[in-house]
Amino acid sequence: MSYRFFVNGDPVEVEVPGMRRLLDVLREDLALTGTKEGCGEGECGACSVLLDGAVVDACLVPICQVDGTSVRTVEGLGTQEQLNDLQAAFLETGGAQCGICTPGMLMAAEAFLATGAAASDEAIREAIAGNLCRCTGYTKIVEAIARAAEQRRSSGTAPL
Amino acid sequence: MPVEPPVASPRTLAEAYSLLAEALHRPVAGGTDLLVQITGELGDAPERVLDIWHLDELRGIVMESNALVLGALTTYAEIRRSPLIAEFVPAFAEAAATIGAAQIQNRGTIGGNVMNASPAGDILPLLLACDAQLVAGTAQGERRITVREFWPGYRRTALEPAELLLRIRIPLPAGRQLRYRKVGTRRAQAISKVVMALAWQPDGDASWRDVHLALGSVAPTPVRAPGTEAVLEGQAPSEAVADRAASTLASELSPIDDVRSSADYRRTVAARVLHRVLRDEGGW
Repeated sequence: MSYRFFVNGDPVEVEVPGMRRLLDVLREDLALTGTKEGCGEGECGACSVLLDGAVVDACLVPICQVDGTSVRTVEGLGTQEQLNDLQAAFLETGGAQCGICTPGMLMAAEAFLATGAAASDEAIREAIAGNLCRCTGYTKIVEAIARAAEQRRSSGTAPL
Repeated sequence: MPVEPPVASPRTLAEAYSLLAEALHRPVAGGTDLLVQITGELGDAPERVLDIWHLDELRGIVMESNALVLGALTTYAEIRRSPLIAEFVPAFAEAAATIGAAQIQNRGTIGGNVMNASPAGDILPLLLACDAQLVAGTAQGERRITVREFWPGYRRTALEPAELLLRIRIPLPAGRQLRYRKVGTRRAQAISKVVMALAWQPDGDASWRDVHLALGSVAPTPVRAPGTEAVLEGQAPSEAVADRAASTLASELSPIDDVRSSADYRRTVAARVLHRVLRDEGGW
């Protein structure tokens, strides 16, 4: 079967079995390896991506359900040369250690920031409750998200 | 790599019915259970899959003559956001908030919770406590199944292989109260050790009528606790009543030891959780 959707704004078309996981299509068929596989069963959040703006585990989404949607991955945040504000905040606060959870953390955080909800410690922790960090570096990650939220609020880029 | 069984993605209910009538298909909604099972590590993967995600007929939450009707594809995130749920059965929003985390809540559906038929299904005790009805359909028509008859055994449902779960109806008798509690290892991403729903009709003199107490993770299916309900029936939630109800519940349940918890723990915690709910209501 052929499936058409958008990845980071670009239209793509893949010819793959419909039950192939979005995670495998991204990594194997589209060579977008920023999205990581951790547990492969929806526990760890390492493969978090945005599907029409909602954060999902790419290991639990069959590609047949992605047809006609818009997917955003960590490659769609910033570039090597120009990180986005959230990525920069992770770098500045030490919110990334070994790095395996970072792409998923970024996408869960991005979904949270896009809601425009007040970035209290509790709200941030709930927003990343589906993302495990094996280095247990949560404090710095929460700090990074709070910093990005504050920057967006003060620069007026947060949605109303 | 996971197995990739053939899948059909019908765009209408009629098309889905005819595919189901032709051959055995395993339906997939949000995939939060099925996509774990297609790894083949937990037993055989399904031979054929029916992707029902695009059936918009199965979405939405509406009010229908004293019942709240949820499409089978309603996600936990939608339940959390719904003004109707917040107004009439806020306990459902509380329950949805305990399921997985954002990633799971954006994909997991109430219909999937019902059809996966896990004894630990977080929404299921609420459905039992509310006397919900499950509406299933084929091309020949629809039928309603009362929730008490829906899970005849471990991981089994009352549906025929060619039937599709369409909607969940939650009757809303005026004034009926509903409470929900879940105990898991952590607040997010936890499969429950004990999950409880309690519903009752307040009487004029603070006593309770028509008490329904339902639990998950303590038996092969979600269950009611009739012995404990009888203790609570016609009583006000005093400390003496709570003591009796808690000890009755502990003796009435026969949970098992498994990887998540021990039978003793489950029995003790279920009794204590009930005691606390009654204390909260009694205000002592």
